[in-house]
Amino acid sequence: MSGTGPILELRNVSMHFGGIRAVENVSFQVEPGEVVGIIGPNGSGKTTLINCITGFLKPTRGKVLFHGRDITGMPAHKVAQLGITRTFQIMRPYHSLPAYKNLVVPLCSPRARRTGGWRGGGRHGDRDTVALDILEELGFERDSRVPYQAAGTLPTGYLKRLELGRCLALNPEVLICDEVFSGLSASEIASLVPLIRRINEQGLTILMIEHRLRELFQVARRVVALSYGEKITEGPPEEVTAHPKVREAYLGSEEEGC
Amino acid sequence: MNAQPQRRKERIDRGIKARAETIYALSSLEELAYLLGPRLLFIVGFLALPLILAPWPYWHRVALSVCVLGLVSVSFDFLANQVGLVSLGGAFFFGVGGYTAALLNTAWGLPPVLAIGLATVVGAGICAVLIAPCLPLRGIYFAIVTLMYPLLMTRIIEAADILGGTEGFRGITGFSSVWTEAYGLILGLLVGVFGLRRYLAEDAGLVIRAVKENDQSVRASGISVAGVRFKALYLAGLLGCFAGAYYVHMYRSVGISAFALDLSILPIAATVIGGGGTLVGPVIGSLILVPLSEVLRDFGSLRIVVYSLVLAGFVVFRSEGILVFATRKYQQFERWVEV
Ligand SMILES: Nc1ncnc2c1ncn2[C@@H]1O[C@H](COP(=O)(O)OP(=O)(O)OP(=O)(O)O)[C@@H](O)[C@H]1O
Ligand SMILES: [Mg+2]
Repeated sequence: MSGTGPILELRNVSMHFGGIRAVENVSFQVEPGEVVGIIGPNGSGKTTLINCITGFLKPTRGKVLFHGRDITGMPAHKVAQLGITRTFQIMRPYHSLPAYKNLVVPLCSPRARRTGGWRGGGRHGDRDTVALDILEELGFERDSRVPYQAAGTLPTGYLKRLELGRCLALNPEVLICDEVFSGLSASEIASLVPLIRRINEQGLTILMIEHRLRELFQVARRVVALSYGEKITEGPPEEVTAHPKVREAYLGSEEEGC
Repeated sequence: MNAQPQRRKERIDRGIKARAETIYALSSLEELAYLLGPRLLFIVGFLALPLILAPWPYWHRVALSVCVLGLVSVSFDFLANQVGLVSLGGAFFFGVGGYTAALLNTAWGLPPVLAIGLATVVGAGICAVLIAPCLPLRGIYFAIVTLMYPLLMTRIIEAADILGGTEGFRGITGFSSVWTEAYGLILGLLVGVFGLRRYLAEDAGLVIRAVKENDQSVRASGISVAGVRFKALYLAGLLGCFAGAYYVHMYRSVGISAFALDLSILPIAATVIGGGGTLVGPVIGSLILVPLSEVLRDFGSLRIVVYSLVLAGFVVFRSEGILVFATRKYQQFERWVEV
């Protein structure tokens, strides 16, 4: 699966809902091992764009390529099978299941069974142990009750990590995070940033949708900016934030982070 | 509103459930007995039923009807409360299983054991494939469409005059003795109920629960939601088709009444009474419903009134169902505490 060229490529992707042009003619590439940020005001089409990439929506026009292979319109579970996973902006845990069992579900998928799950851990231990290992890495204290608690009773900070854990369990190549920092306190974000870095260093390509620009720029070295569904610019954080159209879109409030 | 607002009921777990719901800390034989007791009571109770009822052939028959309704109800409960598919196709499962067994027995001359086994496995496949196109439907829409299946079957059989038409098939081989008849069915019921419970306790069952709670997350985890639902449909079909196939060999005939809507509707009542989501509950519900309906036979058309009252009573006063209520009483102390 190696080789040169981008790991993910969008070519003129558009997504229209009736008259609403949620995403319009967006193209960009992601190189293997990169962390790319996607920014844009509320309603600028960020979530819709990743729904198009991950197969939750079929783009009206355009192509999505993974390792040069056309995956446009492929069903969501097949896209995940290939190794592209995403978190949900509105967290989607399995409320009644204990936190660690939330990760056993992806560990049951064909991809995790083939690859052993996150870093191949599943080849050695059983699924429950692997799930607990991943959670421990994500900051769930193993000896506490937290990993065994029903997911529905966990506070937001843990749920965000659980979303990440569910993605990692699949042993993905590309991780797409939809606003994992939102709703978290500054200290919680501060503990997540090194975690994201570490995940990236393990070889994962990461796409991060964020409103918290300052924190995003600690991990992302390249940013794509959207406004009203269109890509307005792309480049290193300093350049993108200096771009007049970005300043205009954010009404000069980009430093506050909505 | 309440006379004593300062008191509330406090519930305390009996000290055996530790940490995760699957990890039990067993320290003595008593605790083992405490855990396995109810299960053993259920199993031994059903195995003893034919022996106890041997002097009364009528009630012996009634007990077998309990098992038949029990199987279809467990299949309903599994789909509705574990998988999240409210299916009213119980009569369809039953009828397909019944007709398949009848065909295998009369046309190919297969003995009852083989006919029932094959009808169960093949029938469930037929049902799952035929119902699969409705899987994108949700809630009440899935319920209504699955209810159309048995209705459609009776009309097709009548109109096209296939599968014996309105007459059906007669002269189907019966069982060698009342004992094989009774124990085959009871064993099927026990294997069905505890097999499904086992399955749900495994990782495959976990995925089923996950699909019910959040299908989007399951899709994002690389698992085909349609695939999981199809498998569940097949499993539920196994129970329903087995019941139908068995019934046909018990009564040595089959007709369009095999698709009668009773077996689409009664399982709901059995599940409400017994306790949804438990799989054992619907069997207990059937254990109450079927004899009750026999006792009420003398009341003629008033029967349905009493029947409805019992059901309404359960919905109002014990909406959780007998088994859920009993489990809670069994596993927890309750006491009033001052607030
Ligand atoms: N299923 C849908 N049907 C119709 N319109 C939709 C649908 N999904 C999104 N939209 C519209 O598309 C636009 C982009 O929405 P999207 O959720 O992608 O924005 P976003 O950039 O993720 O915003 P936020 O920062 O608030 O998460 C919005 O105007 C939204 O109302
Ligand atoms: Mg969004």
